[in-house]
Amino acid sequence: MSRYFTEDHEWIDLDGDIATVGITDYAQGQLGDIVFVETPEDGKQFAKGDEAAVVESVKAASDVYSPVSGTVTEGNSALDDNPALVNEDPEGEGWFFKLELRDAGELDGLMDESKYKKFVESL
Amino acid sequence: MRYLPLTPSDRQAMLAKVGAKTIDDLFADVPEAARLDGPIRDLPPHASEMAVERHMSRLAAKNQTAGDGPFFLGCGAYKHHVPATVDHIIQRGEFLTAYTPYQPEIAQGTLQMLFEFQTQVARLFGVDVANASMYDGSTACWEAITMARRVTKRAKAILSGGLHPHYVSVANTMAKFTGDHLVTATPTLTAEPDTADLIGQIDDDTSCVVVQYPDILGRIGDLSDLADACHAKKALLIAVVTEPVALGAIKSPGEMGADIVVGEGQSIGVGLQFGGPYLGLFGCSQKLVRQMPGRLCGETTDSEGKRGFVLTLSTREQHIRREKATSNICTNSGLCALAFSIHMTLLGEAGLRKLAAANHARACQAAERLSKVPGVELVSDAFFNEFTVKLSQEARPVVRALADRGVLAGVSLGRLFPEAAELANGLVVAVTETVTDEDIEALATGLQEALA
Amino acid sequence: MSINQSGWRPEMGNSGNGCGGPATYTGNRALMLEEPLLFEIGKLSNTGLDIEEVKAPASRLGGLERKADIGLPGLSEPETVRHYTRLSRQNYAIDLGLFPLGSCTMKHNPRLNERVARMPGFADIHPLQPVDTVQGALEVIHQLAHWLVTLTGMHSVAMSPKAGAHGELCGILAIRAALEARGDTRSVILVPESAHGTNPATAAFAGYKVENIPATKDGRVDLAALQERLGPDVAAVMITNPNTCGLFERDMKAISDAVHAAGALVYCDGANFNAIVGRVRPGDLGVDAMHINLHKTFSTPHGGGGPGSGPVVFSEALTSFAPLPFVEKTADGFALVEEETAGEHHARSFGRMVAFHGQMGMFTRALAYILSHGADGLKQVAEDAVLNANYILRSLEDVLDAPFAASGPCMHEAIFSDAGLAEGFTTLDIAKALIDEGYHPMTMYFPLVVHGAMLVEPTETESKDTLDQFIGALRSVAERAKAGDEALKGAPYYAPRRRLDETQAARKPVLVWNEPQQAEAAE
Repeated sequence: MSRYFTEDHEWIDLDGDIATVGITDYAQGQLGDIVFVETPEDGKQFAKGDEAAVVESVKAASDVYSPVSGTVTEGNSALDDNPALVNEDPEGEGWFFKLELRDAGELDGLMDESKYKKFVESL
Repeated sequence: MRYLPLTPSDRQAMLAKVGAKTIDDLFADVPEAARLDGPIRDLPPHASEMAVERHMSRLAAKNQTAGDGPFFLGCGAYKHHVPATVDHIIQRGEFLTAYTPYQPEIAQGTLQMLFEFQTQVARLFGVDVANASMYDGSTACWEAITMARRVTKRAKAILSGGLHPHYVSVANTMAKFTGDHLVTATPTLTAEPDTADLIGQIDDDTSCVVVQYPDILGRIGDLSDLADACHAKKALLIAVVTEPVALGAIKSPGEMGADIVVGEGQSIGVGLQFGGPYLGLFGCSQKLVRQMPGRLCGETTDSEGKRGFVLTLSTREQHIRREKATSNICTNSGLCALAFSIHMTLLGEAGLRKLAAANHARACQAAERLSKVPGVELVSDAFFNEFTVKLSQEARPVVRALADRGVLAGVSLGRLFPEAAELANGLVVAVTETVTDEDIEALATGLQEALA
Repeated sequence: MSINQSGWRPEMGNSGNGCGGPATYTGNRALMLEEPLLFEIGKLSNTGLDIEEVKAPASRLGGLERKADIGLPGLSEPETVRHYTRLSRQNYAIDLGLFPLGSCTMKHNPRLNERVARMPGFADIHPLQPVDTVQGALEVIHQLAHWLVTLTGMHSVAMSPKAGAHGELCGILAIRAALEARGDTRSVILVPESAHGTNPATAAFAGYKVENIPATKDGRVDLAALQERLGPDVAAVMITNPNTCGLFERDMKAISDAVHAAGALVYCDGANFNAIVGRVRPGDLGVDAMHINLHKTFSTPHGGGGPGSGPVVFSEALTSFAPLPFVEKTADGFALVEEETAGEHHARSFGRMVAFHGQMGMFTRALAYILSHGADGLKQVAEDAVLNANYILRSLEDVLDAPFAASGPCMHEAIFSDAGLAEGFTTLDIAKALIDEGYHPMTMYFPLVVHGAMLVEPTETESKDTLDQFIGALRSVAERAKAGDEALKGAPYYAPRRRLDETQAARKPVLVWNEPQQAEAAE
C-alpha cells in the first residue's frame, strides 16, 4: 500500500483501486479542535479538485477537495459522532472517505511522505 | 447637543493630540467635490426633547389605534394584551443596549434568555430545536423553503392557498432570483383547508409543502396525512404558524409530523406596531439542524466547570462561511425574542391554555352572533380565534364604512387578494381575549346596518 | 500611571471561584447572582397572569385539541421580574460603559426615542387597517424617507428591509432586476476581502458568483486591479465606505465611474455611514444602492441582537426597481403602494421582501433621533465620531501595531493588529483582559485582511474622560501582552463566567433544555 500527499494537506492511501482520503496531521493542527465533518454520500462522483467534504472547527469551515477523480464507496461514519478522531488520529482512524479510483495516472504528480515533510517545513 | 459629551475645549485638546489643525483635516481623504459644505438642505437645527416629542405626538394622534374601539383585525398580526412586566423588563439597559452576544462571558443574560426562548419555541411547535429568531414570519417562511431545497436537493415547493398572501409574495420575489420553482394557489371559500389538493400534487421533484396552520382564512385541519404524503416522497412538510397562541389549544404541527415549523411570534409579547419589528420563529427536527439559518445558542461549561451558554454552530453563518452560508441573516429580532420569552414565562402552560381558551371562546361567541346577521355566512366551522365570513356584498367598502363608525371590523379579502374577484365578499374576523361583549355587539350591529 | 490603586491584581484571583475569596453556599458573589434556568424553577401550573375566563359556547376546534402537556413552565410576576432582572445583570451594555465594537456602532440610545415608539398611535396600530386610519404612521415613514434621501443625496429609498443584511439583499435584487430588464445576464459580484460576511452571503443568496477585489497595502480597494477585472460578466461591486479598516475610499468616485463604464452597478455597504453623515453624500460618489442601518447611524437600540432596520437608498437608475410596498404622498394624503396599486406606474418593482411595511418601531425612533440632532447636530455626530477614533489611534499607536496609521487619519474606527505581542499571546487574550477592566472588547479578528485584527469604534457619544480611561486600560493590557504576562491567558477572572468551551458546545450541541431524567434516558 502506498501513501500520497497533496499540497492541500490531504493524504491518499491506495489499496488496489480503492483510495482512502484524509487530512494530514499538519492540517488538523492548523485547524484546531474539529467539531464537525461532513463526508460525501456513497456513489457520489468526483472529478479531481471537486469539493468533497467539509471540516469545521469552532470559528472556521474548510472544504476538502477530492485529490483524485472517482466514485465514493464509503464516508467515515465514525466522524459523525466523534469528529475529534480527526485531531486524535488524522492519518488513521480519522480518515474522511474512500473512493474507487478512475485514473491512477492522477497520482503521479503527488508527493510522497518525505517530500510532503519538506513541503510543510517550507511553509 | 444633549447626546454629544465632547466640549469645545475637549475637541481642541484632542485635535492637538492627533496633530490636526481643524476637524476638516481628518476628512482630508474625502475628495473636495464630495464634501457637503453648509447645512443639510431643509433640515432644521437641533431640537429640544420637548419639541421632538410634540412633533411625534401630533403624528401619532393622526392614527386610529386598535385600543380606540372595537377591533377585529388579524391575518398575520394580532392584538393581544401585553403585560406591563414585559415592557418594563425589555427596557432594562442591560438588555436594550447590549449587542449580539459575541463575548459570552459578559452576555450570559442574553444567552441564557435565548436558550430558554429556543426551548419554549421548540416545545410550543412540537419540534426538537428552534433558533434564536428571524426577522419575521414571512422571511422565516422563505428561509424554510430554501432550507428544504438544501436538505432534499430539490427545488420545487408547493405552497398552500391558505398561506398568507404576503408570505407567498415574498417567496415569489425571492424565487425569481434563486430559480426555485413555486407552485401557488388562491384560497377558496370552502369549509376545509386545501390539504387534499396538496397531497395530490406531491411528486418526486417536490422539496416541500408549505401549509399555514391555522390558515389565512382561520381554518384548521389535521396535518398528519399531509406529513405522511410528504415523507412518502422524501419531501419535507413546512408548517407556518402566524398565531402562536393557537398552539395553547390545538395540536402542534410537530406532533402531526411537520419537519420544519416557522411562524410569526408577534402575538406573544410584541404588540402590533404597524407591522414591525416582529419576531420570526424557526424550529425543526434535530437531524436538520446543520441546515438551519440564523443564530443558535447552546449550552457548555466555562474553564471552572460552571454551566454557561454560547452562540454555536456558527460555521453555518455568514460571518464565517461567507458566500457558502445557510443564509445572509446577521441581526435578528433579539429584543422581540426577549419580549416573547418573558410573556411566555408569565403565562406558563396554565396561563397559555387559559389565554387560548379565552380567545377561542370569544371567537365562538362572535361567530355565533355574526351568523345571525342577515347577509353574513360563516365559511368554516373549525377555527381557533379567527374565522372568515362571506358577506352578501363586497367586504372592502363595508370595512371602510365600519371604520368611520369607529369599528375596525376585520381584514377584507379584497385587500389581501385584489385579483381574486370570487373572494371579494370575504371578511376575516379575528377575535382575541381583548374583545368584549360590547365589541361583538357593535360589530354585529354595524354589519347589519352596512349590509341592509 | 495609577490604574490599579487598590493593589488588587488579576493573578491573585485565580483561585477557582474567580475572585479570591472563599466559596459561598449559594455560589453567588454579593451582587453577582447566579440564576437557574426557567425550566428548573418554574412549574407548568404556575402563572404570573390573571386571565379572565370567558364562558364558551361549544368548542369548534375540529377535534384538534392539544391534550398532552406542552412543557412550558411559568412563574408568578415577582419571580418573573427577578429572573430576568438577575439575568440582565450578567450582560454588558452601552448603558454600563464604552462598547467599542468596530463596525457595530454602539452609541448611546436616547430614551426619548423609546417613549416615542411606545406612543399608542404608533405602537397599537395594525398593518392592515384602512389606510385613512393610519395617516400619521404613513407620514412618519414619508418624513423619515425624505431625510434619508436628503442626507445621502440619493434619489429614492426602500423602507421595508428588516435589517442591514436584508437591505443588502434588497439592493442586490434591485441591481439584478435592472440588469435583467435590459436583457443583461451578468453573473459575478466583486467584493473586497475586508467586507462584512453578509456581503458575499447576500450576493450568493441572490444567485451570484462572488470574487474578491484585491486591496492596496494602505488598506483600500486596488483601483487598477479592479479595473482590470471589470468586464461583461460583472454585475456589481459591493464596497463598504468608509471601509472596515476605518478608512475612506478616496477613489470612490473613480471606482464608480469605472464600474459604470463597464456596464455594472455600485452597491455601497452603508454600515459605516455614521462616520460621514452630514459631511458626505454617497449620492455624490456615484453609488447606485446603499443600505442604512438605523440601529447604527441613527441609534435605534441593538437589543442584544436586533431588531434592526435597513432602508436602502437608490440612484435614479435603480429607483423604478425598488421593492413594494412604499408610501407616496398624494393630493388626498399618504397612500400605500402595494401589489394592487403598483399598476403600470411601478410595474418594474422587483416585488415584496417582507410581510407588511418594515420596522415601524425603528422608524419612529430614527426620526426622533434625526429631528433631535438637526442639521448641525448630525454633522457634529460624524465629526465627533471621527475625532474620537483618531484620538484612540494616535494615543495607542506607540504600543499597539496600527497597520494603516501611516495612511493618514482614520474615520470612525481605529484598527490594530496582533504584531508585536509576545509569543503565544493573541488578540483574544487582550479582548478577554479588557473584560476584566470593565469594557466590552473591540471587534476582534475582523476584518480578515489584518492579522489578529482589533477594530475599535468609540462612537461620538463618549466623553474625553471615558476615552482617556479606556486608552489607559488598553495600554496596560497591551503592555502585559507584549511582556508575556501569563495571567492574561486566564482572563476574564471577574466576569460572570470564565472562558467558555466553544468546542464542547459545537461538538455535542445542546440547543434546548431537557428534563434531567429524559437526558439520562437518552444516554
